[in-house]
Amino acid sequence: MQKVSTAVIAAENISAWYGSNRAVIDISLGVNPGEVLALIGPSGCGKSTFLRCLNRMHEEIDHTRSEGRVLYKGEDIYSDDVDPVAVRSCIGMVFQKANPFPTMSVAENVAAGLRLRGGFSRSEIESRVEGALRKAALWEEVKNKLRAPGTSLSGGQQQRLCIARALAVQPEILLMDEPTSALDPISTGRIEELMTELKKSVTIIIVTHNMQQAARISDQTAFFLMGKLVEHGNTEQIFNSPTREETENYISGRFG
Amino acid sequence: MRSDRIFNWILRGLALTVLLGFVLLVWFLWNEALPALRSAGLGFIWSTGWDPVSGDFGALPFLWGTLVSSILALMLSAPISIGAALFLTDIAPKSIRTPIAFLIEMLAAIPSVVYGIWGIFVLAPFVREHVHPLLNGWLGFTPFFEGPPFGLGMLTAAMVLAVMITPTITAVCREVFRSVPDLLREAATGIGATRWETIRLAVIRPSISGIFAAMILGLGRALGETMAVTMVIGNRPEISLSLFKPAATMASVIANEYAEAQGDSHLSALAAIGLVLLVVSSLVNFGARWIIERTESKTHV
Repeated sequence: MQKVSTAVIAAENISAWYGSNRAVIDISLGVNPGEVLALIGPSGCGKSTFLRCLNRMHEEIDHTRSEGRVLYKGEDIYSDDVDPVAVRSCIGMVFQKANPFPTMSVAENVAAGLRLRGGFSRSEIESRVEGALRKAALWEEVKNKLRAPGTSLSGGQQQRLCIARALAVQPEILLMDEPTSALDPISTGRIEELMTELKKSVTIIIVTHNMQQAARISDQTAFFLMGKLVEHGNTEQIFNSPTREETENYISGRFG
Repeated sequence: MRSDRIFNWILRGLALTVLLGFVLLVWFLWNEALPALRSAGLGFIWSTGWDPVSGDFGALPFLWGTLVSSILALMLSAPISIGAALFLTDIAPKSIRTPIAFLIEMLAAIPSVVYGIWGIFVLAPFVREHVHPLLNGWLGFTPFFEGPPFGLGMLTAAMVLAVMITPTITAVCREVFRSVPDLLREAATGIGATRWETIRLAVIRPSISGIFAAMILGLGRALGETMAVTMVIGNRPEISLSLFKPAATMASVIANEYAEAQGDSHLSALAAIGLVLLVVSSLVNFGARWIIERTESKTHV
């Protein structure tokens, strides 16, 4: 188990409910700065729900609640004086399906978060947009069509556009909820490459169904099963010598 | 095979019946209107006098009344309808959304004569005793709010119309907002948008053309609405900027005068007004469709 003090974000005894159904049960898990943490497990094991607890997106769904603490740089994001809106602008999120705003151009999509926060000059916005697009490895492909609608890009480009949109506000943590599950292998490969590049500046927590992906890109892996955290450790150790039988079964493809 | 072919022909025939009905209607109106149009020419639309006794027929006051009352109704109704629809899709607790939507849609089922009675007995006195003193007191120096407090008039008609078109606009806007995928809302929330910013970015902006379509649908209803307007607008064919003055619409003058029209020229003039009304509402609909298609291809929704 991680030492909480070095983790940039750490969940402490997080539980989450949909109505009366408890989807996440008492999970404590942290990630160190600059690392990639992969959350793996079969469908419905609570990994996405857990991820959504880390930037208070879970509570946006009706009839949900959560318990426990999430320490972001030592501060509990669930404490009463914390505004969830502020949390979400520090902890970015990329979703399963690319979701650029259909009425906005490529550049406007990336700038959306900056515009919401306000206080940026035109030139600042432009340079941040370019920076975010470069970080998302999309700049070269779209620099001549910044005014084109965001939805005119290909699926993989749209997902990288969404990554750029999340990066534009310079978050320290990026949550990714199966970001490549709707993409073809080539686009997936580009996003994986991108993640190894990104982790120099952002801490990434990624939910993935694809175990090879977890093995390729993550430093730490956590295995979830039926709402519980079964095992967490170095990716290499989890994939080569898991200590728990359930982990071994899942990784070797016996279920899930 | 054979039964399919028969079925096909039956459907074709039924579809043709609808089309034929429309063609016959236009043909009838055109035939009836022809004498009036022939004697007055295009001036029929632009002349302002309407005196059946001396055979003076000009449609402009009615065109004015129809357009002003409908556009005013749309201006009153659109913000309320859009707000109500947003409340129903994005703010209200799930459990009360459907019942409230049902109640709003119930308003559309009330016969227009009932709205007319309500307009006469409730709204007109309200306008006379409360709205007129307020607006006339503060803004009476402008041409829009001058004049004595009749109660019945352009503003009252517009208010009744606004109530009548609100369910339509609300229902269509609600469908439009519901069709915005939740993942767009999540996109906005995920970059740190507040509830209002999420609605603005992820719900309203992608829905602009749909909102526009809803408004045009409402406008179309207002343009043709007859009974309730006839009961509260005052029925005086005059063009005035003041919203407190009585006026008349194309639909109201037909309803008022057709039964006791004096002579063929009067009847023909009323039919011509009907034709103008048909043209105006068709233009509004086609224009709206054109604009919607243009904005849709621009925004790639």
